[in-house]
Amino acid sequence: MAVPEKGVKLLDFWMSPFGQRCRIALAEKEVEYEYKEEDLSKKSDLLLKSNPVHKKIPVLIHDGKSICESLIIVEYIDEVFPGKTNILPSDPYARSHARFWADFVDKKVYDCGSKLFKSKSEALEELNKEFICILKTLETELGEKKYFGDDAFGLVDIAFAPFTSWFYTFEALGLSVEKECPKLAAWGNRIMERESVAKSLHEPTKIYDLFCELRKKFVDA
Amino acid sequence: MKAVKQKPSSVSPMEKENSSSSSLKLFGSWASSYTHRIQLALKLKNLTFDYIEEDLSHKSPALLLHNPIYQKVPVLVADGRPIPESLLILHFLDEYFPHNPRQLLPKSPHDRAAARFWAHFTDDRLGPAVAAVFASSGDAQVAAVDRFRSELRLVEAELTDGVFAGSRFFSGDQIGFLDIVLGCGSYWLAVFEEVAEVKLVDAVEFPRFHAWLRDFEEQDEVKAIIPSFNELLGYARGLRKILLGGGGGEADNDGGAVAGVEAGDMGNLQK
Repeated sequence: MAVPEKGVKLLDFWMSPFGQRCRIALAEKEVEYEYKEEDLSKKSDLLLKSNPVHKKIPVLIHDGKSICESLIIVEYIDEVFPGKTNILPSDPYARSHARFWADFVDKKVYDCGSKLFKSKSEALEELNKEFICILKTLETELGEKKYFGDDAFGLVDIAFAPFTSWFYTFEALGLSVEKECPKLAAWGNRIMERESVAKSLHEPTKIYDLFCELRKKFVDA
Repeated sequence: MKAVKQKPSSVSPMEKENSSSSSLKLFGSWASSYTHRIQLALKLKNLTFDYIEEDLSHKSPALLLHNPIYQKVPVLVADGRPIPESLLILHFLDEYFPHNPRQLLPKSPHDRAAARFWAHFTDDRLGPAVAAVFASSGDAQVAAVDRFRSELRLVEAELTDGVFAGSRFFSGDQIGFLDIVLGCGSYWLAVFEEVAEVKLVDAVEFPRFHAWLRDFEEQDEVKAIIPSFNELLGYARGLRKILLGGGGGEADNDGGAVAGVEAGDMGNLQK
């Protein structure tokens, strides 16, 4: 029987906010890993074998074993690699609280955000309102804290961080995060001071360019 | 707040040992499989708790206070602090009572990740697939059954060759986190088969799943928690009438939830 390959590999796609979560977590823990960019139009055998159920990135492969789904990967990284930072707090209630809000980001932000990207102009106003509501809920949860994890950068910060690169594009769609949720916008700037975040996220203008391209192709066609 | 209504099959706090001095309160709904997950976990851990039955068509101010974002059951209130979402509550119970001999999640990080993955699969893919079968008829139902079977095949494959292959339960010899998550909900399958007149779990096509479910349902703690087949049947019949627009209105009991059955806007269907 083949010996499983040692080490850490991340199957990912440059633009994926879910992949970015994993990159941030790995950077926070200073884990060395091999990054493998997937062509989503032609998925590799390794990806299909590692995530046969969803066939999606990101997938973390650690010593030959695969872990799928970004928030599950981030918790795994926290459990396995000690590092200087704890992604989840130690108090059980605080852990539940963090998981709840990370899950909220999953349930609400991505769905509504990507609907916004794909929608025709008529639907924009309604979606904007819905999205602002979601962002305001997150902003209320953030409150006056430095991070969602209070003094400690943690799971919810990691869950939401990648979406901050989308703010510039939202502005083009008539939704100013700066204006509607100034605390959230400030948090977005604050987290960019962390090396793990700065090196994992893309220039907002790059996201905007891609958005324009996709929109031309699929929405305005 | 509605008066406590203890269904005969629900956990009786009087039978319990109190293995801690913590105060636990569970807001739930008798037909909600998400609620059953927590009742079962508490029973396995031998923890005493107060149970509050919620009328899901008239939610209590307490529930809305404890779960303002989703306004759903179950919610566990532990020493005054609320934890919503069944999967989160299950994690919390392990972590809040770390010396409790019955730890639900696997020990190894990889197995924990796998258990979490399949828990999400249950809630995000399998559950909605079942709901779609239950909410449809004719050709739409045939298509929905096909889709459900293809999802179940993934579970069957996992039981055959995956991380959990070779054990009686996902957690080994005893039921644990994933058994609770998948099991509390799977007992609806036989109910839906009868009400929707459709075959969902063929023992020949899904031998491992079939055997696992049978073993799960045989556990004493599971038998003590899950409402009787007839109670579930009555509830499901009423719900199906509503879903198919057959009028007749009311389900046979309060609330309108067949939790573990999610499919778009199904009115009162709740976690």
